[in-house]
Amino acid sequence: MRLLFYLLQKEFRQVFRNKPIIAIIFIVPIVQFLILPLAADFEIKNINISLIDNDRSSISKKLINKITGSGYFRISSIDNTFNKALKKIEAEESDLILEFPANLEKNLLRDSNQKVLISINSINGIKANLAGFYLINIINEFNKEMQTELSPNFQNEKGIDICSLDWFNPNLNYKIFLIPGLLAILVTLVGGFLTALNIVREKELGTIEQINVTPIKKWQFILGKLIPFWILANLVFTNGLILGYLIYDIVPQGNLLILYGFIDIYLFAVLGLGLLISTISETQQQAMFVMYFFMIVFIMLGGLFTPIDSMPTWAQYFAYLNPVKYVIETIRLVMLKGSNLEDIIPQTIAIFFFAVIINFLAVLNYRKTT
Amino acid sequence: MKRLFSFIIKEFKHILRDSRVLLILFGMPVVQVLIFGFALTNEIKNSKVIVIDYSKDEISKKMVNKIEANKYFEIIEHTDNKNIILDYFRQGKIKAAIIFPQHFSYDISNSRGSQIQIITDATDVNFANSIKNYISAIINECLTELVLGKDKRLTILPQIKMLYNPQLKGAPNFVPGVMSMVMLLVCVMMTAIAIVREKEMGSMEVLLTSPVSPVLMIISKVVPYFVISTIDLCLILLLSVYILDLPVQGSLFLLVAESLLFIITCLIIGILISIRTSSQQIAMLISLVGMMMPAVFLSGFMFPIENMPYVLQLFSNLVPSKWFYIIVKDIMLKGAGFEIIWKETLIIAFMMFLFLLVSFKTFKVRLYQ
Amino acid sequence: MDNIIIKTENLTKRFGTFFAVRELSFEVYRGEIFGFLGANGAGKTTAIRMLIGLLKPTSGIASVAGFDVYKEPDKIKEKIGYMSQKFSLYEDLTVLENLRFFGGIYGLKSETIKSKSAELIKKLGMENIARKLIKELPVGWRQKVAFSVAVFHNPAIVFLDEPTGGVDPIVRRQFWDMIYEASESNITIFVTTHYLDEAEYCNRISIMDEGVIKALDNPSELKKKFDVDSMNDLFNLIARKKLLPDYEKTLQFYY
Repeated sequence: MRLLFYLLQKEFRQVFRNKPIIAIIFIVPIVQFLILPLAADFEIKNINISLIDNDRSSISKKLINKITGSGYFRISSIDNTFNKALKKIEAEESDLILEFPANLEKNLLRDSNQKVLISINSINGIKANLAGFYLINIINEFNKEMQTELSPNFQNEKGIDICSLDWFNPNLNYKIFLIPGLLAILVTLVGGFLTALNIVREKELGTIEQINVTPIKKWQFILGKLIPFWILANLVFTNGLILGYLIYDIVPQGNLLILYGFIDIYLFAVLGLGLLISTISETQQQAMFVMYFFMIVFIMLGGLFTPIDSMPTWAQYFAYLNPVKYVIETIRLVMLKGSNLEDIIPQTIAIFFFAVIINFLAVLNYRKTT
Repeated sequence: MKRLFSFIIKEFKHILRDSRVLLILFGMPVVQVLIFGFALTNEIKNSKVIVIDYSKDEISKKMVNKIEANKYFEIIEHTDNKNIILDYFRQGKIKAAIIFPQHFSYDISNSRGSQIQIITDATDVNFANSIKNYISAIINECLTELVLGKDKRLTILPQIKMLYNPQLKGAPNFVPGVMSMVMLLVCVMMTAIAIVREKEMGSMEVLLTSPVSPVLMIISKVVPYFVISTIDLCLILLLSVYILDLPVQGSLFLLVAESLLFIITCLIIGILISIRTSSQQIAMLISLVGMMMPAVFLSGFMFPIENMPYVLQLFSNLVPSKWFYIIVKDIMLKGAGFEIIWKETLIIAFMMFLFLLVSFKTFKVRLYQ
Repeated sequence: MDNIIIKTENLTKRFGTFFAVRELSFEVYRGEIFGFLGANGAGKTTAIRMLIGLLKPTSGIASVAGFDVYKEPDKIKEKIGYMSQKFSLYEDLTVLENLRFFGGIYGLKSETIKSKSAELIKKLGMENIARKLIKELPVGWRQKVAFSVAVFHNPAIVFLDEPTGGVDPIVRRQFWDMIYEASESNITIFVTTHYLDEAEYCNRISIMDEGVIKALDNPSELKKKFDVDSMNDLFNLIARKKLLPDYEKTLQFYY
């Protein structure tokens, strides 16, 4: 036990003398927290429309007013032909073409229904899709108003009201969603990379040999490496929680003990991964790239920015084997929805197994002799 | 010249001997293209919902069927128990609950009007908004169908056509982004680390005292990474054309030329970082925070730049990947020619010369003082 | 025999088809300074690494401080100190912190560490540099600190692998004074070196070439046996022929 104390003391001294590491631990999170939620604003607004109005009737004008009045759209150009409007799309000056056919009003009154053409630049699929749905909803609403106005017998007939309740975030503050995910990524990166790089650095410099000739036990050395980074990652997590509160006013809804408890089990899995990678790497460059590879796959398929439910089946199966998925999911549940221990039992069990298996492999692979 | 050649061969041997790094160098683009191309989509599909239908009558059933048949939703449970909603949210099982009131058909048919309630998990605001939009659209469509045919009401029918990417795949947006990420990884990070490593291990001094000029030496260090990133470029293009079904609409020659320009710019940045740093960890950190992170967040391939606050939009102009992303997107997806992308090309070229100048200045200072 | 502290019999290490150490048999007596000589690549470091438990032998028998290298490497580790060819103290820790750390993992008590460090610092005249980071020290001081760390816990044997590489003659002299001092307090010294003048300081030396011991005795006996005037001539006779290709290899690495 006393031995462990000396190991920890030494690691902490080294860590706090290493400026890049201090930067990783304290400055990178601040930058991330400040910039990312601003950058990652998926909210679709300011959709630019190239308008081709071949009708110029009162109905087309009213509809245009309704569309621009919604706040999502603005008319960026008015064109005569489709080809001219298409040029605007190619130049990224507008996102969609809204084309009213000639005699829209006249034919509408005659045939009672008429088509308007909407051509959307769909390179960015989500934006295109949402723009389409916004337009459909606006036009549907417009239809209702028009029907009420123009056909008197319709007046007292009521349709369906759709009333929505937004739970957990009634003010629809989109920033609160990103912060828990970012926290999860942060502890993952800090824990994983620092552990792997630290051990490999000792290999590269040769200091690990000096340790290997001492009577120190394998488990003592491993614990001596894991615990400091476990504590550091906890610091980073706490730091992130405080930043989240200071900058975005996010107060964890659930029990903090549950939150820390889960993170701490998860951290052993991540640190174990770092340890495992360090046992198969000779240089920091190797460790860095192997870790980077795992992290990219885990994080991209972990549902940070894009929902796992939308992924193809193989990716959804893979998600079961992805520890990052569980931690993103669980931190969100506990922080934003106040989930209890019994709500997150499946995730906790999964993470516990990861921690045990990864560390088992790492310890198995770690050798004092070559 | 011969000496330079033997230097380059030596560097290649170093890299080729390291199977782990090699695997990452060529495995990374493949995995990234596949993940981005197949797995990641911003589209909202298969959102898990529960339906609480207190009526279970003709119209409500019709609407539930419509929702069920839709690819956007997956109804995991039909129930009458309102109390489970909170639990299901807290267990992360569902994203929304849709509640139909009693006497639904009756109230509608008798013009009394009725109300559908949608409860969303609004922690993810965009998701919640999209869900509400989709459900409203489905219900409105249903209603239009019910009403059409009965009597003639004035209706404008929107006809939507998706340009360039009718299946709304995520890949067209991501492939250009993956290209710039892989190049940053290989050209900036790998190159910087490789050179700084020699400094750290002390073998740099031996090299500097050799009769080979320092500039040639740096070039010889960089050539292998140039070759590797060019191979990666070909890999990504082949994958996107043959696996992701995303042909290059514009001139392939132009695309390759622009990519080479970007690769060289990245290599110069890598060199600059290596000249100015003294430890591998710092080089890693700078490439990660200074280049990779902005490339992911501020180049426009993950998040639309026009949605960002003005300051960030201004700042994004400093990110080389942003311009490269625009160029690749225009050539690959829209078939744009040089006349459309000359401005972006010029910006990257300007950045390249700027970095080159700074590198030379720093290099001289470091060498002769 | 109680007096024997290291004993090997046919100790062999094979990497693939290459024999780094071939059927090595020798004994080291308690309290002596045992010089282990040989050109680069002769197998010295491999032999040491097997004795201190960093490398598993392919075959043969070896025991250190009465413990078997196969069965009880951890027991051996408690009895030995080691100073590697590659400098291996923590450069980002101070002299005192390094002493404290290594003392700590050898199980010394905190007070013992404190008093011993203070004593050591006084003895070596390191008062000014005790709180400096190792990386700020000149090479000579680093080697002295490294040696102090290797014997800090009073091991029975200390293994020194090329301890004086790259150090100027004055420091080398001082370094050997430290070795003698350690030897007087009953620590067995097992040292490899390049410098042939240093070989004369040893009680007994062995000269290794191509993984095999070619000569083993005390320096004057050896000179007599091979009929040479100096260690240098002796070494030339036995192992120098190996040196030339080695330098070429080093050059090739850089060009």
